Amino acid sequence: MPLLSNTAVLLRKELQSEYRSHELLTTASVFILIVIVLFSFTFDPTSAESRQFGPGLLWLAFLFSASLMLQPCFLKERTNDTLSALRLAVSDPFAIFLAKLCANTIFLLVTELLLLFVFAVFYNVAVLSVFPKLALVFFLGSMGIATTGTALSAISSQARMREVLLPLLLMPLLVPVLIPSTEATKALLEAEPTLRWDWLGILIAFDVVFLTALWLFGEYLLEE
Amino acid sequence: MAKTGIYTFIVCLLIGVTAYASFYVAPTESTMGLVQRIFYLHAPSGMTSLAAFLVSFIGSVAYILTRKPRWDWLAVSAAEVGVAFCTVVLLTGPIWAHPAWGVWWAWDARLTSTLVLWLLYVAFLILRTMIEDADRRALVSAFFGVFTFLDVPLVYGSIWWWRTQHPQPVVFTSAGLDPTMRKVFYLSWLSLTCLMALLIRQRYELEQSREELRTLEQELEAH
Repeated sequence: MPLLSNTAVLLRKELQSEYRSHELLTTASVFILIVIVLFSFTFDPTSAESRQFGPGLLWLAFLFSASLMLQPCFLKERTNDTLSALRLAVSDPFAIFLAKLCANTIFLLVTELLLLFVFAVFYNVAVLSVFPKLALVFFLGSMGIATTGTALSAISSQARMREVLLPLLLMPLLVPVLIPSTEATKALLEAEPTLRWDWLGILIAFDVVFLTALWLFGEYLLEE
Repeated sequence: MAKTGIYTFIVCLLIGVTAYASFYVAPTESTMGLVQRIFYLHAPSGMTSLAAFLVSFIGSVAYILTRKPRWDWLAVSAAEVGVAFCTVVLLTGPIWAHPAWGVWWAWDARLTSTLVLWLLYVAFLILRTMIEDADRRALVSAFFGVFTFLDVPLVYGSIWWWRTQHPQPVVFTSAGLDPTMRKVFYLSWLSLTCLMALLIRQRYELEQSREELRTLEQELEAH
């Protein structure tokens, strides 16, 4: 399968360039940390309250940081005009998107899981017992954010005011990710944790719908 | 030109008849009284805006597949008209909600999803202003138009699911809608749909004229 082998090579390239620079992961982690700390000043972060507001706060912080993290995704290809080289190199242009969205999902997931522990300590929430289930929710949520975010990053990189434009386009589109992720996380952090498959179902539906749309129409976005 | 004039006249007439019917023909609702009459503008506007967004989606998909500028003109015209009708829904909603529910805004499923829908299409219109090149703008916004429309059922689904878990405001249920009320409602829906078609057509022609002007300017520069 040329698509998969192309994707694997490009994914390796994305991960390697991040491994060498550490730019995205460092800035995004610190950004989420700042948001979490600042949020704690807006209400009393006692344990009962944090179970109530915590998941929403956490996902909002993830969403904000994602809109920053996804910004350079296509922009960096534009600066040195490496996008045309990438297009020539792969047989299926969808591989470019697939590699970038896999890389973005990984970056998002790593920062989210890292910050989950910081959140758990700051807000006195027990997460270890439900960690695998939380990781599943985080994975499905991050994949939704990364799929739409990668596509919109390709859009915004072609426009003026791109720094403002990406969050503007991305945030309302991600309402069906924010609500299920928050609710599913909340259900897992309660005294009797439950894995809410109804919410996960919406997340899976979102991921499938947008991945298919990207597969069908994505290549047109890479045209010169 | 004459055809547009006749069509505009018919639409104006329909709107006039609808306004008369909503105020004088439809009976006054027993519990909410006069304020319920805003329903004849509110609900059909909502349905009309959804129809306009559907037209915009069709325009976007057709543009991606055919690359004919006229589909892009249709997509942007319908999106703008849809946003206008959606704005009417969001403005008339609170006017009705305040006397009926006692609050200007309730985070009820339908209200919230309509607001998100409005935000999505406003973002679509803003995106269009940020790209200079006409072909690029058309392609990129067509792509975003497809994404936006695909998002609509998911937005409705997730918000509906989310709100039904929380206390609901006492909503006026239209289960036993009076037959006259129903007729006025359908009449209003018809006239607003005709108005939508007229507005989309006018906006489309504007886009066409802009394109013609652009071509002429380019020719002039070439000389």
